[in-house]
Amino acid sequence: MIEFTGLVAKAPQTWGGVRLVPLVRPEPIVDLRLHPKVYGDELSVVALPDRSAYVAYVPHAFVASWSEDGSPAAAYGTQLGEAGPREHIPVQQRRGMARRTEPNRLRFLPLHLALEGFLSLHFKGPSIAWAEWSQRALRHGLSPRGEEAYTGAQVRGLDDALRVFEIHPGQCGVAVYVSDALAAAFVVPHQEDYRALHPTLVRDLYGELIHDYAWYHPAVRDFPVTLDESRIASVADLRSEALRQAEEWAAFHATVMAGGLHASHWDEIYRMGRFTLRRFLPSFERDTESHLGETITTDDGRLAYLKTFRLSEPQRRRGYLLTRLAAHDWNLAATATALGCGVAELGVRLERAGFGHLLRQDVLDGYRKAGR
Amino acid sequence: MDVGYEDLLLFVNAATAATGQREFHSGQASQTLSLDFLHEYIRGNYPEVYAAVLALELNDHNAARVIRHLLATSGGGELVSQRLARMSPPRVYALFRELRAAGVNNRRTRAVLRDWLRARPDLAFDAVKYRAGLKSAVRHAHLKLEGELPDFLFAPFSRQRYETPILEAWRRAHFDKEALYSLPYTVAEGFAARRGIKREVFLERIAPKLTRLERLRLLESAGRAGTDTRADLAAMPLVRLASYVLSLPVAERAARRAELTGALSAAAVRVAGKRAGTWGRVAAVLDDSYSAFGSPVKRNRPLAVALACDHLLAALAGQYRAHWVSGTVDPLLVRASGPSPLGMRLIDALEERPERLVIVSDGWDNAPPGLAAEVLRVWSDRLDRAGEVRLVHVNPVYDAERFEVRALSPLVPTVGIRDAEHLPALVELAQFATGRTDVADLLAYLERR
Repeated sequence: MIEFTGLVAKAPQTWGGVRLVPLVRPEPIVDLRLHPKVYGDELSVVALPDRSAYVAYVPHAFVASWSEDGSPAAAYGTQLGEAGPREHIPVQQRRGMARRTEPNRLRFLPLHLALEGFLSLHFKGPSIAWAEWSQRALRHGLSPRGEEAYTGAQVRGLDDALRVFEIHPGQCGVAVYVSDALAAAFVVPHQEDYRALHPTLVRDLYGELIHDYAWYHPAVRDFPVTLDESRIASVADLRSEALRQAEEWAAFHATVMAGGLHASHWDEIYRMGRFTLRRFLPSFERDTESHLGETITTDDGRLAYLKTFRLSEPQRRRGYLLTRLAAHDWNLAATATALGCGVAELGVRLERAGFGHLLRQDVLDGYRKAGR
Repeated sequence: MDVGYEDLLLFVNAATAATGQREFHSGQASQTLSLDFLHEYIRGNYPEVYAAVLALELNDHNAARVIRHLLATSGGGELVSQRLARMSPPRVYALFRELRAAGVNNRRTRAVLRDWLRARPDLAFDAVKYRAGLKSAVRHAHLKLEGELPDFLFAPFSRQRYETPILEAWRRAHFDKEALYSLPYTVAEGFAARRGIKREVFLERIAPKLTRLERLRLLESAGRAGTDTRADLAAMPLVRLASYVLSLPVAERAARRAELTGALSAAAVRVAGKRAGTWGRVAAVLDDSYSAFGSPVKRNRPLAVALACDHLLAALAGQYRAHWVSGTVDPLLVRASGPSPLGMRLIDALEERPERLVIVSDGWDNAPPGLAAEVLRVWSDRLDRAGEVRLVHVNPVYDAERFEVRALSPLVPTVGIRDAEHLPALVELAQFATGRTDVADLLAYLERR
């Protein structure tokens, strides 16, 4: 389970079917900050410490003028370091679009590109060139495959919920629930970073599940406070009772509300100073929440940065197949044995899951024939 | 408490706070729709009271709606003329134009129109400043104006010259640059634009003609251009002044601290009048959470009301303590940001057991949600059974979805507010919301007003 170490959950703010739980840091992390370029024109409003005093990070898919010639590019994977992202993809702008987007405005990559990048970062494709895999799969991994996702603007009620949300002092993160399903968790090291990125949550991507929940369950109820009046005989009692309620909520949130946020596979990507960047994958087991994401943690175990994406059920199934294949070095026969089915059956399953293009055409045809 | 009574209070509260404009939590369309429904509902069910509410502190927006309806049907009377006399002229002319568009032209409407125009101090000035409005009103009511005004309105260039100075200035302004500076600002602005006069030059020379509010509004832009329009801050209405203070950057507020605080206090003392210092020990919980920003069309309005109430209560009370929701102790630098831990602030305020506790908030209690209601419940159930602390919640925001101003708790009377000037009267009205009185009392109260 992912621990929100160093963060306290404050009372949720509800709007329609969306519940936003602010995550507040009693002590901000001051030596990890958004890369100054991310702030763009708004840099003047924040007081960044001296450059040598902090490590810079750039969130995944963040668009800014990273390249030499100043043209916009998107960070490919969250990255640490002063130089800006080493890996970035240029973003082509159509003339009409370029005119509409303001320069240096905080923004992220268009959604489909961002998600594809995310998935291919997590799944690199076959590592051994078994004969069954197509040339394309070997050369390009899974990258041409896009997953269905929606921008926050398409999730009903999320834009209004974010607009009317009242940011707490010291708030460094938020957990977004739609119909009480955890849609995304987002944590940054410093409250000024959070203030800068809060509006971008609506441009962020959310899985199909969240989109549908928002449509079918338009309202959730507040969790109103109830005080036990039999324990109250003075104003001091009233105060302590109110504080106790707040603590109870924080514990409830960590164990129950965000309890489904599990990671079973961690990849350590990069280490810089006392910060470690990792990516994580869920277990893809049936009947569990499947979140994938990136974290930056400090050496004393505090969570400095977190961004998650929740997979829908079909995506979970695909992910499951991919992890099984990866666990057996992409060997079809071994995987099939582990899953307790025949190779042809696995081949057909892969095709149904949308991975037909990964297999060589003649091999796939053979599996189809065997299946009939 | 019977239903009719609740309905009426709800309507009075709504009609005091709502302006049909966009608010923080709801858009303009839903505000207007919701308010339309409420007016329709009350005049359908309680026609006799619908006229009487004009005596209360309804805001101009709602008063104009009530009057429009009263004139279109049969009702109203003396109250209508009285209310119109208190309204700003542009709003009255707009109302007349609406009446004309709706084809309301009965004898009483014409009489009201005639009387209102007759009471205007200088009709020639109106003819210049509200030319279209006056023209439409005169046409609609078939009025015979005297002197040069009919010619001025309907055939302005039929005369070689006017005897009335302001009419003559208007005529001359069409070809003479100098003449436009003796016209009202709004009219002169158009002529200046047509003549291509530089903004700074124009503002400099038109300055003596500015009204108080124009002066306040232009203070900033003129200040940037290096012109001093010299607004007399202390003479401003309290909430306007508070809005002006909140429109300044925090650094400037700090730099002009003495001037601004002095002006706010002076305005508050003026409003408090004879009641100054008579309220005993007073505490206030004032909302400066992010939702107090209001909306772009009524920027910082809820916060301005809170700031104005802060100064007014300080003037009314013998001993006063404010509890801003964000915890700030410097009201001059207050900003709309952060969550609304109303419950915790209520505990802070109740701890001192004041004689009176005034809550100024939009009623969105979210950190944690519902704590304020619980605190108030436990307080009246266990800690203050006799009701020694008089509680009142004034709310500057109309909640379109609930058709009322949002209450924190059913145990505390909630009243809508638009201008802080009305706070003492509203606190009086709040006694009707506690359920200890009935409709007859309320009607008697309306009668007295």
